Amino acid sequence: MITTLRLIRLMEEIISPLSDYIAREILKQPTRRIDPDEALISSGLVDSFHLVDLAVFVEEQFGVRIDDTELTADTFDSLRSLATLIADRR
Amino acid sequence: MLTVAQTIFRHYQDTPGKVCLTLLETRQPDKPITYDLLFRASLSYTRALVEQRVQPGEVIILILPHGEALVYAFFGAVLAGAVPAIMPFLTEKLSPEQYHRSLKALFAVTRPAAVITSSDFLSEVQRAMGTDSSVRLVLDAGQIAYQAVADGAPLPGLQRQPSDLVLLQHSSGTTGLQKGVALSNRAVFNQVEAYAPAIQLSPQDVVVSWLPLYHDMGLIAGFLMPLLTGTHLVLMSPFDWVRAPYRLLQAVSRYKGTLSWLPNFAYNFCAQKIRPRDLENVDLSSWRAVINCSEPMYWSSHAQFLQRFQPYGLRPQALATCYAMAENVFAVTQGGIDQPVRVDEIDRRALQEQRRATPAQGNGAIKMLSAGRPIHNTSVRILDDHGAPLPERRVGEIALQSNCLLSSYYNRPELTSQSFRDGWYLTGDLGYLADGEVFITGRKKDLIIVGGKNIYPQDLEYLAGEVPGVHPGRVAVFGLPNETTGTEEVVLVAETDLPDPQSWPTLADELRSVITRSSDIALRRVHIVPYGWLLKTSSGKVARRANRDKYLSEQTPHA
Repeated sequence: MITTLRLIRLMEEIISPLSDYIAREILKQPTRRIDPDEALISSGLVDSFHLVDLAVFVEEQFGVRIDDTELTADTFDSLRSLATLIADRR
Repeated sequence: MLTVAQTIFRHYQDTPGKVCLTLLETRQPDKPITYDLLFRASLSYTRALVEQRVQPGEVIILILPHGEALVYAFFGAVLAGAVPAIMPFLTEKLSPEQYHRSLKALFAVTRPAAVITSSDFLSEVQRAMGTDSSVRLVLDAGQIAYQAVADGAPLPGLQRQPSDLVLLQHSSGTTGLQKGVALSNRAVFNQVEAYAPAIQLSPQDVVVSWLPLYHDMGLIAGFLMPLLTGTHLVLMSPFDWVRAPYRLLQAVSRYKGTLSWLPNFAYNFCAQKIRPRDLENVDLSSWRAVINCSEPMYWSSHAQFLQRFQPYGLRPQALATCYAMAENVFAVTQGGIDQPVRVDEIDRRALQEQRRATPAQGNGAIKMLSAGRPIHNTSVRILDDHGAPLPERRVGEIALQSNCLLSSYYNRPELTSQSFRDGWYLTGDLGYLADGEVFITGRKKDLIIVGGKNIYPQDLEYLAGEVPGVHPGRVAVFGLPNETTGTEEVVLVAETDLPDPQSWPTLADELRSVITRSSDIALRRVHIVPYGWLLKTSSGKVARRANRDKYLSEQTPHA
């Protein structure tokens, strides 16, 4: 169970840098806002050529390793589920 | 001359215990496959097809993920005397509706007798068949047990003649533009016979490949040629490679790989996206040729790749180039094997304005990578707009003649005859010859190549035209070369009827989403413009090139 307080922290500490990174470096649309529940992988928003970049960013920014076999929509498909995965492993 | 079926059968008889293929899959130990296993497992598919009365010469569509079942289903079809065509598997990003449309178009043109697919895809195939389909059999690969015994029952595939078709290879059009390149046994063997010496192929070679098998580079160089010639093939899936590009380098190191083929973007991708920890103890000194093929080649991509991997033993002379197309089975030329790839520095303006490759140096010069010389069975000519041959260093359409050209575009006789002039196949590519070496400068048609995949602008324009808010028929799609990624970036310019510019970003988002989910590419650059912005030709068509120039002139750096 994610408590409300923890959710707020998740949003601030994890989701917003992830969102900024994806908008700026992957989508090349710095002003684009990504909804925390918007589909990332299954929608093609983050295409397969950028999954490695995302994993490297997560590792550098949060010190959390995502194995390459986990880079699928089954493991995470939104900012919220990715942030939860990161929070769980920290 | 032997056929593909006879050759696989002969390897099974002569060297059954020889490992011909090692399959790499994530979370599983590497799987060595001998000719014995390859033949017998394939035979299980042959039996299922023959039992269901699939006839020699009939087309079988294979829609399977990259892996063991796909390998066996392919040779199983060949041993049944049928003509396999490998198609891309539906990935999670693709919209099922769009995939459905392209599958229906494929069935309508190719009229296959059977489809082999996986269980989770059966209903999709059945839906696309509709009523009155040519398809009599849909086979679930999961139901095939690899238990066939070679009991001497006749194999229809062994009766096929060299001139008979052995496979179809499709280009990646999405809306009914699919062209199935029909290749005979003879064409495949003539290609192998000419290409093997061009790369000095020997029994000691080890081919390492991650390329998809629905594309000529993966199917011929990274699959059929090694298995037909008895060269050990180490194969991984493109799905795994794109998530873990280091696996290619680790595989080369572990199996002492000697040969690989890569599209240009893969050089940049590997150089930029591999962590040092994934390269610990990697030794690339066995790699004798890394061959750049299937999209425009950049000198900078080679330089970047070499700089990144030289510390791991990569030799500068391993960098090689090739110009290839499915219509010639695979290779047309090969460069960089017996001497380094030649770099031709030419004047940019003379190239663009006079279509001449004038040697130059300094600021206005561009570095062209040679694609090498034609392989021994293939002749290359450069033609002017009227079909007359041009001298060296003049840019024109590349035409070729060989003994390994396609039999036809399958069931597309008009398209086939349009592609030939006076016995020469017209490639649609532009280039020049210098000292007998071929240099590719661009394309006659507006085809865009992204990461080795052919993208037809008209496909994307059609998809965009269906989005509400876009003025019908007023869309232009074109490619822009990007040296950072080593491939082309696709730009879409759409005219809108929406009067309020505030709503344009939403429309741009919708266009990105539709194109990304309906095609092979992820679209980034969308430019919404008011009605009347796009330039048209005298015949009223949207002029892609003119609009590309207009777009570029309006873009300021980093805008």
